[in-house]
Amino acid sequence: MSAVTEYLGKNLRQYGIMGALAVIVAIFAMMTGGKLLIPNNMASLIQQNSYVLILAIGMVMVIVAGHIDLSVGSLVAFIGGVLGWMMYHWDWPWPLAVLAALILGLICGAWQGFWVAYVRIPAFIVTLAGMLIFRGLAIVIAGVTMAPLPNGFKTISSGSIPNFLRYVNLPKGSISSLPGMGWFALFEGGYDVVTLLIGLIAIGGLIFSQLRKRASQRRHGLALEPTGALVIKLVVISLAILLLTALLSLSAGGTPIVLIIVGLLIMIYTFVLNRTVFGRHVYAIGGNLNAAILSGVNTRRVNFMLFVNMGLLSAVAAVVVTARAGAATAQVGQNYELDAIAACFIGGTAVTGGIGRISGAMVGALVMGVLNMGLSILNVDSAWQQSVKGLVLLGAVALDLLSKRRSVVS
Amino acid sequence: MPQTEPSTQDNYILDMRAISMIFPGVKALEDVSLKVRRGTIHAICGENGAGKSTLMKILSGVHPYPSYSGDVYFEGERCEFKSIRDSEARGIVIIHQELALSPYLSIAENIFLGNERSKGGVINWNTTETQAAALMERVGLTENPQTAIVDIGVGKQQLVEIAKALSKRVKLLILDEPTAALNDDDSAHLLELVRQLKAQGITCIMITHKLGEIAAVADTTTVIRDGKTVDTLDMTSGQITEEIMIKGMVGREMNNRYPNHTSAVGEEILRIEDWTVHHPLDSARKVVDSASLTVRRGEIVGLAGLMGAGRTELAMSVFGRAYGVGISGRVYKNGAEVSTRTVSQAVAAGLAYVTEDRKRYGLNLIQTVKENITSVALSRLARWGAIELNAETGVAERYRQELSIKTPSVEVPASKLSGGNQQKIVLAKWIYSEPDVLILDEPTRGIDVGAKYEIYTIINTLADSGKGVLVISSELPELLGICDRIYTLSEGRITGDVPRGEATPESLMTLMTQQQEGAVR
Repeated sequence: MSAVTEYLGKNLRQYGIMGALAVIVAIFAMMTGGKLLIPNNMASLIQQNSYVLILAIGMVMVIVAGHIDLSVGSLVAFIGGVLGWMMYHWDWPWPLAVLAALILGLICGAWQGFWVAYVRIPAFIVTLAGMLIFRGLAIVIAGVTMAPLPNGFKTISSGSIPNFLRYVNLPKGSISSLPGMGWFALFEGGYDVVTLLIGLIAIGGLIFSQLRKRASQRRHGLALEPTGALVIKLVVISLAILLLTALLSLSAGGTPIVLIIVGLLIMIYTFVLNRTVFGRHVYAIGGNLNAAILSGVNTRRVNFMLFVNMGLLSAVAAVVVTARAGAATAQVGQNYELDAIAACFIGGTAVTGGIGRISGAMVGALVMGVLNMGLSILNVDSAWQQSVKGLVLLGAVALDLLSKRRSVVS
Repeated sequence: MPQTEPSTQDNYILDMRAISMIFPGVKALEDVSLKVRRGTIHAICGENGAGKSTLMKILSGVHPYPSYSGDVYFEGERCEFKSIRDSEARGIVIIHQELALSPYLSIAENIFLGNERSKGGVINWNTTETQAAALMERVGLTENPQTAIVDIGVGKQQLVEIAKALSKRVKLLILDEPTAALNDDDSAHLLELVRQLKAQGITCIMITHKLGEIAAVADTTTVIRDGKTVDTLDMTSGQITEEIMIKGMVGREMNNRYPNHTSAVGEEILRIEDWTVHHPLDSARKVVDSASLTVRRGEIVGLAGLMGAGRTELAMSVFGRAYGVGISGRVYKNGAEVSTRTVSQAVAAGLAYVTEDRKRYGLNLIQTVKENITSVALSRLARWGAIELNAETGVAERYRQELSIKTPSVEVPASKLSGGNQQKIVLAKWIYSEPDVLILDEPTRGIDVGAKYEIYTIINTLADSGKGVLVISSELPELLGICDRIYTLSEGRITGDVPRGEATPESLMTLMTQQQEGAVR
């Protein structure tokens, strides 16, 4: 067992931010008398914050490579405006409009990538310019709000996976009426079977992939993670997924469609960053640009592709946000870039580049999302909410730096 | 809490007793003692990772009290330095290998950086410049005090650092590898300066790999090995030879510092013709001037030249035009002309360039040993762009064994390893790219004697496997020890092509200093 504790101790920092998220959830759950964990709140937590999650995926890659992108909020507004225009004024079918919006995102990303990668203007300046350019264009296009938009389109954000498998009912009071089990009322009601299935598939996939990795490590004669540590890790993560699944399947709609979109994006991009040559080159450029150049890394192409990708993800965010609002306006996307950047830094991405994970940024985004929701339920003024978020960002990065410093000195 | 100690009788300015320090998992220092007499030059030598720098960091307060155990007595008083500020207040100044100067500030501003000649926060520029000029004269630096640091060479920058130390009324000056980046002239000047400072009563501790320097200037030498004091040698006795010091450092006799090797030289593999390169900031200046050279299969070829002769510039411009502008000339591989306009093309043509500056150009220090090793030929481990992670670890493990890279695991960041092992990582990453010709730029710079021997063995193995190797080095004994043939470079021109049998340090030096006809000096 000592090997297990030692292993966990060594990797504690990696899980530190997840622990922080758990603590924040627990605190707000208590302060709101359990309201935070009401099933419908869980569903809207994901729907409300999907844009940060999507943008933070691209942002973490940009920051790891040593750049920054300040334009994503304006880009969301601009693409959202064009999207609205295509559906509202031109009556394009919404799937075609969405496709066109994604292509527009690629083009806008290529525009910025060109200046960063080939003209070699610092990304801070290029995207600061982009922030002004795209916001201006957004006002030109969507100065007058375009609404309503097609219902099919709005389903992307407000809709859920159809519950064609019906419900499993756990009657109210069946367990919570027992002495000391009052809290269980939260988990009583009709469970959406589709959502339960998705959750179980996720857990199964997680366990399968971990076991496969382990088998492959053993085949190659590599050092294995202690069995105990693996079991603890799998149990904790599975329980978290199970909790989320249970709450979601009890919510009004079941699994939100955006959760599937975000989940797929996280899986795809985690693979890209961890397992592909492109991803490794991103880390190499951010860690030591000179060494990367002298190792034959095509740094210009990697930088270009990073911004093209950021444009694409901005377009995805624009689709999700416009669908949720059900209207296209020029004011959408204010401060989105800052939310995404903050999520990355809370999630342990290094300001100097070279270090950062998508999982970290996702947890960082959720920390901010839970804060928003918890404070809203507590009726805290939105001005105060901003200040609290700022303090959390500062505190998270300070804690990270201090723990690193201590681990170096000791 | 300073308490007086009787050890001042012997006139020791510094007495470090039973110093031990433990880093997580590593015992960096174990019961090390160091006594330095006032007004002497005291050399500290030892392999990389032996603990020299750690000891000096304790003395200067970089590793604060009480992160170590043991006692430090300075001028007879027990000291507990918690920061550099504390040690400097007592007159202990350390000059690190990587100079700590602000590049765009002037010499005068740098000398008084953090110690400004000011009143109420307002700098008195007249005092600053007059005092700076006086200090510069003391260190023999003839420059305008207003010149920016970027505009003077490394040798002069080193002098600015010493002037800065003098401005702090230094009693004990610590120099960490002071001549590592200097050419012979600047090194000689620096050593002479250290002698002058000694005459002025300043005690000096010098950490260096260059045993010749120790023999030239040191009064006493302390040898450290594996975190322990091995020996303290009295250099004034005249009995101490380099062999004795090397034996102390590596714990074995090094009668032969270069492995025995006979090269099986085959046909020509690389030919560079009429290679000319201009300076990136001054496109009228030729840094390399119609240089031509050839390397044959299985041959180890040396490239000798003084600082500024254009050795690195030649190599880097050939390797994907990584240096210079206005480049002309042709590169032939196996007799056929190849393009090396980009690094990718150069790699594809079978070239590898192992940089002289591994921290800046060779490694990503925050990535793992494994990721560094596979960084050049990563696509060989990938299918459809996806890396086979386990196969990658296998490759890293293979090189860890083959080149005996000392690391707890291939998953630790490259920054955690010692200089010699970092150099092996850079070599591994290029060997894994399976090149036909390797250009090794100062392959043993800043690494210890034992690791050097291992690097030479690796070079020999590469040549034996039919590759061509071009070695650039500032150390003539090294080139004479390992090369089959040596080119000399002077002012960007190839001035000689000498087989090993005919080369002597003197003959090479003559060629290396040969000036162009009509050149005025």
